[in-house]
Amino acid sequence: MLRFLLRRLIVAVLVAATVLTLAFVLTRLSGDLAISIAGPNATQQDVDAVRKAYGLDRPVVIQFFDWVGRALLGDFGESYFFKARVAALIGERMPVTVSLGLTGLVIALAISLPMGVLAAVRENTWADRAVQAVALLGQAMPSFWLGLILMITLGLHLGWLPISGTGSWEHYVMPGIVLAFSAVPALTRLTRAGMIQALGSDYIRTARAKGLSRASILLKHALRNAAIPVVAIAAVQLGFMLGGSIVIESVFALHGVGFLAWESIGKNDFPVVQAVVLVLAVIYVALTMFADILNAVLDPRLRGA
Amino acid sequence: MSEAVVVSGPLRGWRSIATWVGAVIVGLAVFCALFAGWLVPHDPFQQDLTKRLLTPFWMEGHNPAHLLGTDQLGRDYLSRLIWGARISILIGVTVTIVSAVIGIAMGVIGGYAGGKIDDMVLFAITTRLSIPVVLVALAVVGLMGSSLTLLVLTLGLLLWDRFAVVARSTTMQVRNLDFVAAAWCAGSSRFHILAREILPNIASHLVVVATLEIALAILLEAALSFLGLGVPPPLPSWGLMIAEAKEYMFFSPWVIVIPGVALFVLVLGINLLGDGLRDMFGTRTDP
Amino acid sequence: MSAALLEVENLRVEFGGRIAAVRGASVTVARGETHCLVGESGCGKSVTALAVMSLLARGARRSADRLAFDGIDLRDMGETAMSRLRGHRMAMIFQEPMTSLNPAYTVGSQMTEVLRRHKGATRAAATDRAAELLGRVGITAPGLRLGQFPHQLSGGLRQRVMIAMALMCDPELLVADEPTTALDVTVQAQILRLLATLQRDLGLGLLLITHDLGVVARVAHRVSVMYAGEVVESAPTAELFAAPRHPYTRGLLDCVPVPGKVARNAPLGSIPGVVPRIAPGFAGCAFRDRCGQVNASCAGIIPRRTVGAGHAMLCRLEPGWTGAGATP
Ligand SMILES: Nc1ncnc2c1ncn2[C@@H]1O[C@H](COP(=O)(O)OP(=O)(O)O)[C@@H](O)[C@H]1O
Ligand SMILES: [Mg+2]
Repeated sequence: MLRFLLRRLIVAVLVAATVLTLAFVLTRLSGDLAISIAGPNATQQDVDAVRKAYGLDRPVVIQFFDWVGRALLGDFGESYFFKARVAALIGERMPVTVSLGLTGLVIALAISLPMGVLAAVRENTWADRAVQAVALLGQAMPSFWLGLILMITLGLHLGWLPISGTGSWEHYVMPGIVLAFSAVPALTRLTRAGMIQALGSDYIRTARAKGLSRASILLKHALRNAAIPVVAIAAVQLGFMLGGSIVIESVFALHGVGFLAWESIGKNDFPVVQAVVLVLAVIYVALTMFADILNAVLDPRLRGA
Repeated sequence: MSEAVVVSGPLRGWRSIATWVGAVIVGLAVFCALFAGWLVPHDPFQQDLTKRLLTPFWMEGHNPAHLLGTDQLGRDYLSRLIWGARISILIGVTVTIVSAVIGIAMGVIGGYAGGKIDDMVLFAITTRLSIPVVLVALAVVGLMGSSLTLLVLTLGLLLWDRFAVVARSTTMQVRNLDFVAAAWCAGSSRFHILAREILPNIASHLVVVATLEIALAILLEAALSFLGLGVPPPLPSWGLMIAEAKEYMFFSPWVIVIPGVALFVLVLGINLLGDGLRDMFGTRTDP
Repeated sequence: MSAALLEVENLRVEFGGRIAAVRGASVTVARGETHCLVGESGCGKSVTALAVMSLLARGARRSADRLAFDGIDLRDMGETAMSRLRGHRMAMIFQEPMTSLNPAYTVGSQMTEVLRRHKGATRAAATDRAAELLGRVGITAPGLRLGQFPHQLSGGLRQRVMIAMALMCDPELLVADEPTTALDVTVQAQILRLLATLQRDLGLGLLLITHDLGVVARVAHRVSVMYAGEVVESAPTAELFAAPRHPYTRGLLDCVPVPGKVARNAPLGSIPGVVPRIAPGFAGCAFRDRCGQVNASCAGIIPRRTVGAGHAMLCRLEPGWTGAGATP
């Protein structure tokens, strides 16, 4: 188990290093950064001044190692547009994105687990088909569009929830639902498949032979085993959700990290962009590792190995 | 009983119906895409500010010349919708071709070679999965300016992971089968074995992945265009249509309902078709 | 009334209307009796046991003229009422000890929940009982085992745990479906000896499914031989071994390598051919394709005849026939 974790840790560090490099390359793709920063009306002197001020006159290799060195220490430089430390900007916005992600995950699990269990218990009946249809519909739903439709219905016509902004917890409900939609199909299918497998297993036959109640058989014995991969994948899904929060944050004007990245892209504010890419990737890598650990904790067979 | 069984074979009952529904939707969209030039009742780019936001046929006061009404610049909505199908399909297919080439090459090589090479392929897949797709695609398009070619290349470079995963695992299964060993004994070159013996045998699985990827690429293109960093205006991408109509959605909800439903139905159709193919071929696409 | 503990008469089980797995089997287990059910693989022994416990898979159809436990009719009993009997007054252990325990819970947790469910015992009382029974089934250091997970135990230990778990509520009937088939040979003997001891000491009614005729000879009071879903012969143990009447029973007994009794040219180990899969509506004797005594009347209606005290068989032959049981 320890060796396995160590191996995972090494891979995670390598992945982070690769993304670090890619994030740097990404921002140099656009050609001369100094020109885009200085703006369309800048004179040659302005551009030169910008180049000097941001250290863009140095060789690319030096710039790269400078960025890597600072990034390792958590220093992502200064935002051109916001005139603030990038790390501080991200730190300020991160709680919004994380709250959104967690809200989405909780909603997704609250929908997926019961639906998956229902579909498995009633396998090949209309209930099962209905659940699978919901999963299919969820998979085909464009999230930004669903967001707009919810704004019109729940927000404008029914007036249940605020339409956009970051003021209270209610502001997270609609975006949370939308974000959850992206994870529901995968989590529901996984729950269903896991439950079907568990319900057909010998230990469930034993549980029935012991005369246990239906609730105990389903929830204690079957779901406990079916939920192990679901919980692990849920952690990975949270990573995907955080990565996908850019769309939802801009639809609902939630001022999280995704929204920050979107604004920065529009302003050619590349230190922010590369930092957000890196931070989200590292969070994802950390979450997949966390998922592996969770798997091991939940599955007694992996614990001692 | 404890073994998972993948059932393959001809489809029956409601699964067959669902697959046919998917096929019809996809067929219709492809038809629109191919013959958009002949099908459109109006020029989709022709503005007419005297006819702004005309209502569609099911609402009061609609104009019979514009079945689905007009947008905020007076352009015929039905014509833009048909043209939008062309853009969605075009991007879905081209992105998938790019990502298929990358992903299949990596997966087949990794799965066939094994060892260090396979480790590298796995590492590439892991790294790719950690990169937030939408954010990076937005950044590339935002920093380099929006064009169709750039969009396709960017998405293609980002969406190869599932091809690689499936190509890798199926190649590993096929590699050890008799006919591959026979080809190897007969002195066929490695390339020959990969191209002639392995690829045809994993093709059905890859077709299933391709349908999923086309659907995903279409959704992503719409999201990017919605955020203003996808298809450049005035091209009528469905995502862009939703973005442009957003201001009016509270008063005339149909302006976003129409392109959104089109997008939703097309992606649903592709997924239905893909699920049907998956069941027929007995493919597993979950990683 | 001194009804038998378990009475099964004319039991039928079909799967999806295509497979008739059990076709009119009758089995009776008296209190404190060991009744062995023998036959080749695929004869319908497990299905019979599961039907008795109402544990058949979805899609199975069960019917019987009589299916009673201690005089209680089980035929139309609902799942909830049935679950109050199972694990409480009638218990079952299975062939696959490796997969029959839940990998996610400790041995202790899985054992105690039975007592807590049926007798409302406290956790402490249930744990004491579990430890006592683990000792009883020959497990040393029960306290340690209670805290372990199934994957930490060997197959033999797991089967002992299964047995102890089945005994938690002091059942009157224990159904054991080939409890040793999946185990090592040395362990097999230990487990069977354990079952026999427990049966005697606790006065259990034991329905033991096995295809080890050596075991049957030692532990059974009564034996029923199953073939293709039917009980083709049933007799007290001594009688069956001394005077087997059905060609299939003779075939089975011929397969047992008894020193000096092996026919010179007969292949050792098994009857040639396999158990046919029977569809509903099949008529005649299912063994006729493999039988050495087959004739035209074997395709007709086969009589069930009594051929001795408590000895019945399902065959057209007269009790005194001679010759080869199975086709040579
Ligand atoms: N769940 C099931 N579905 C369909 N057929 C079954 C099922 N369980 C058992 N059978 C069939 O019933 C017959 C008897 O099986 P079984 O009772 O397991 O034999 P055994 O005597 O070896 O225990 C076999 O032909 C088997 O294929
Ligand atoms: Mg059996």
